[in-house]
Amino acid sequence: MATMTTYTYDDLPALMTRLTGDEKHDRSSASTLDVLWVLYDRILRDDDRFFLSKGHGPTAYYAVLAAKGLLDVDELDGFGSWDSRLGYHPDRVLAPGVELSSGSLGHGLAIATGAALTGRRVFSLVGDAELDEGSNWEAVQWAGRIGLETLNVVAVDNRSATYGWPGGIEKRFELEGWTAVRADGRDHDELEAAFRAADGEHPHLVVAEVRR
Amino acid sequence: MSSMRQSFYRLAADALDDDERVAMVFAEIGVSEMASSHPRFYNVGIREQLMVGVAAGLALEGMRPVVHTYAPFLVERPYEMLKLDLGHNDVGAVLVSIGGSFDASASGRTHQAPEDVAIVGALPGWTIEVPGHADEVEPAFRRALVSDGRVYIRLELGSNAEAHDGARLSVLRRGSDAAPLVVAVGPMLDATLAATAELDATVAYLSTVRPFDRAGLRAALGAGTDVVLVEPYLAGTSAAEVARALVDRPHRLFALGVENPELRRYGTPDEHRAAQGLDAAGIRASLLAFAA
Repeated sequence: MATMTTYTYDDLPALMTRLTGDEKHDRSSASTLDVLWVLYDRILRDDDRFFLSKGHGPTAYYAVLAAKGLLDVDELDGFGSWDSRLGYHPDRVLAPGVELSSGSLGHGLAIATGAALTGRRVFSLVGDAELDEGSNWEAVQWAGRIGLETLNVVAVDNRSATYGWPGGIEKRFELEGWTAVRADGRDHDELEAAFRAADGEHPHLVVAEVRR
Repeated sequence: MSSMRQSFYRLAADALDDDERVAMVFAEIGVSEMASSHPRFYNVGIREQLMVGVAAGLALEGMRPVVHTYAPFLVERPYEMLKLDLGHNDVGAVLVSIGGSFDASASGRTHQAPEDVAIVGALPGWTIEVPGHADEVEPAFRRALVSDGRVYIRLELGSNAEAHDGARLSVLRRGSDAAPLVVAVGPMLDATLAATAELDATVAYLSTVRPFDRAGLRAALGAGTDVVLVEPYLAGTSAAEVARALVDRPHRLFALGVENPELRRYGTPDEHRAAQGLDAAGIRASLLAFAA
């Protein structure tokens, strides 16, 4: 994806305000903001894919796409309205820069797995509560067992899963054959290092810990 | 004579060798029969949601995935993946099922999916193929591979004695002008021909059921008013298609098919066909009742 940096990280709150009309952004409400920024600013290369599996609450996603020139900032106004191409769940057919239509939880990992089979480097973002859906684990198990090294997943962990993940999300991935690193989900250098810790032989998980 | 299923495995192996866009995604079923070590043959284990999601991911990268297992596990268990991973993401795949409505009669309800065509047909943009003979699998499969669309191919053990071209509705026997038009779908043709042997009926054959050949139906009906559908799956699956085809014409429709998917009997496929009124005697009895 060709990126044209016209905005910085500090512009993201203003871009999100254009989406929601809400001046008082609680930064923590956008649990994915920093992870998305690090991915688009430091990690993703032109021929990579990014699949937002957790399609709920996509304002941070649209803001980052706009900041990176993948989406016209004027499209941010009217979010969710009849004439807008940006909905409460993203649609790849409508929205520029969006690579996966998502919203129903538990679909992105399997699709990312399929795309990664072709040798494409793929990144997918899931939420810790999204992992409740059993369909995720079909993908985690198989990708781990076949050593699908082109697959990268970031789980944004703001402890929103009602029943939690005793021992940590990463334990379950590691058992299936993934490498996994836990990072502060607001620390850009730590997140970057966590993504770069992929060893090229196993699918890789980054758990991005975010306080609610 | 090889079965539809054997034809598919042979065609699938050839497709892997001949077309580098083709990839196969299986979930254990058919793996030992295919015995493929091809690098684009994937067995995901008993994970049918993953199977369809992986196909969508492959399609997003420009591949032509072929996905295969028993009908209930191919289209019912991962139904939302058909709707979203393929449909909403606007990518294609070729789904090839086996088992039909009651090939697995002795296995019971868990392995039967007479509702499959109705539910796949409820989703936008699907082509649905119901071959009636092993030799009809190849043209259906080749049409599917060269397209980029979403295609469901339904294979079963039941077969007509000869192959026919059912890509469009084709009239095989012509009755009088007032005779009912009896449309036999896929493997229902031979029983339908036997049932109508001594009746005044026009018999047509159809194997591509979505998109439904509405123009062909109007043309075949001529000046007549009565239509009988004989489908090997849930009764009434194509009734709305007939209603739309004939929206401006007074007509009568009798839609034969599987009336009771929850039969709670084991036994043989033939016993199930008879119990659902889909053998020649049952079809004939329905036709006589409809004409009365």
